[in-house]
Amino acid sequence: MLADISTIIWKESRELFIQRPGFRGGWMGLLIIVGVFGILFPYQSGIEWLSAPTTVLMWAWLPFILVNGVVADSFAGERERHTLETLLASRLSDRSILIGKICSAIAYGWGIALIGMIVGLVTINVSNWAGKILFFPPFIGVTMLSSSFLIAWLAADLGIIVSLKADSVRQAQQTLSVAFLLFFIPLLLLPVLPDNLRISLQNALGNLDFQSVIVALTLILLVFDIGLLVVAFRRFIRPRLVLTEQ
Amino acid sequence: MTGLAIETKNLSREFGLIKALENLSIQVPGGSVFGFLGPNGAGKTTTIRLLLGLLEPTGGSAQVLGYDIKDNPDEIRSNCGALLEHSGIYERLSAENNLEFYGRVWQIPAPERRDRIRELLDNLNLWDRRKEAVSTWSRGMKQKLAMARALFHRPKLLFLDEPTAGLDPASAARLRDDLEKLVEVEGVTVFLNTHNLAEAERLCQQIGIISRGKLVGLGSPGDLRAKAGKPHLEISGSNFSPQMIAELEARPGVISVELHNSRLTIHLQEAVETAPLVSMLVSAGGQVEEVLKTQSSLEEVFLTLINENEGAVE
Repeated sequence: MLADISTIIWKESRELFIQRPGFRGGWMGLLIIVGVFGILFPYQSGIEWLSAPTTVLMWAWLPFILVNGVVADSFAGERERHTLETLLASRLSDRSILIGKICSAIAYGWGIALIGMIVGLVTINVSNWAGKILFFPPFIGVTMLSSSFLIAWLAADLGIIVSLKADSVRQAQQTLSVAFLLFFIPLLLLPVLPDNLRISLQNALGNLDFQSVIVALTLILLVFDIGLLVVAFRRFIRPRLVLTEQ
Repeated sequence: MTGLAIETKNLSREFGLIKALENLSIQVPGGSVFGFLGPNGAGKTTTIRLLLGLLEPTGGSAQVLGYDIKDNPDEIRSNCGALLEHSGIYERLSAENNLEFYGRVWQIPAPERRDRIRELLDNLNLWDRRKEAVSTWSRGMKQKLAMARALFHRPKLLFLDEPTAGLDPASAARLRDDLEKLVEVEGVTVFLNTHNLAEAERLCQQIGIISRGKLVGLGSPGDLRAKAGKPHLEISGSNFSPQMIAELEARPGVISVELHNSRLTIHLQEAVETAPLVSMLVSAGGQVEEVLKTQSSLEEVFLTLINENEGAVE
């Protein structure tokens, strides 16, 4: 099954980067993201960039946005371009197709985030060179790696579930945009909360142990990821997918 | 390949109240080309989907290469190739990468994959354009590539769903030539869905005719013509008057008479003497230049069977 999964990843990566029409399609967007998040922001923030909680948040959410941008195409795109039925008529198992698509989306989002983190580290070391290599504090580093991976996985699961059912890539993207907004509603609501409620919320959060919160959030994310993966497996019903490609 | 490649028994599929396929029972011997003819929406694509294990039947059973379509769909798909209603070609990829992908899907080792890509693209005169994105190709070229993809892993059984539909006559003829050549070289069994009767007549050893989900005719092209077709007389000449036509139509054994561009077509019952008909025409003043007695074409058989079934349904 691993060989089949890697075959799907091989095809998806080629469709995504190598044979997209024109340079601007794939690589230019990637360079801009890495330039902004890996060079501009670290350079502006200085050495604090390595340990600031905003850095963790930024690297956690960046894969969500990146995966969201490509995952809508996974099944809806195949359906729209009339390649889905031929793929389903091949010897590939349901699991290998589904996991291959999910892994491709994760690899894209998380991969770019990792490249950005490494470029950011290089930027910080070059602009603040003090005779020794600077690195993320261990807990921050592990948190950045795990949270960015789990959030990329979450976005991939959600995107695949939506894409499996959507008639077109545009429809999948619209549905995912709504899902994306739902994630930010709590943040958007924060400034409009009554002052006393907001202050007590801030106090409560301030009293929490940062590390325990991160561990708890990581576990919650992991549970969500696995749960959504199970949902995706249940929604991948070959006969139903065949009938949706008309 | 010997034995039966496909055997269905009362295979049926319903979509709600619609009976897309009703009690299909056929046997396709290995190493042959089986043509499945029918108008649009007759149930041809549904049949291929059922035989590939992509849809579950609502009744009956079928074995493909000895595997049951309900119990072993993965084995069936592993041993079959398919060119479905849409070519299924990834247009953003090059021809080489399209074949490379499906070569990997079928777990063909890398060196063999490279050789096979070269062999197939060479055979189809596409090797020089292998690096181009397929989106820039003509429909005929894409269809050829799809054919190469379907044959890539040397399947024992090939499903082709209207492979020449939408192609211009020259491209369709070339694709038929390529198919004939490739089938001959590869020795596979082919299940060919088509509504192109000339294509079926040329390529198929056995033909099934389907209408509104029901099999209405089955046999070799010759058998079908003999069973469902009627003889007719083609008479070229001049001075054929409406009165002569009326007299001909009144003769026993004559079903109908048509006159098109100085050519009389007399549709006959079986075992009718034709010489008296020609004598009658000549004695009534008709100028007869050529007389030809033939069996119905496959097209006429097809239309007769389809019309009979549709008449029965209505």
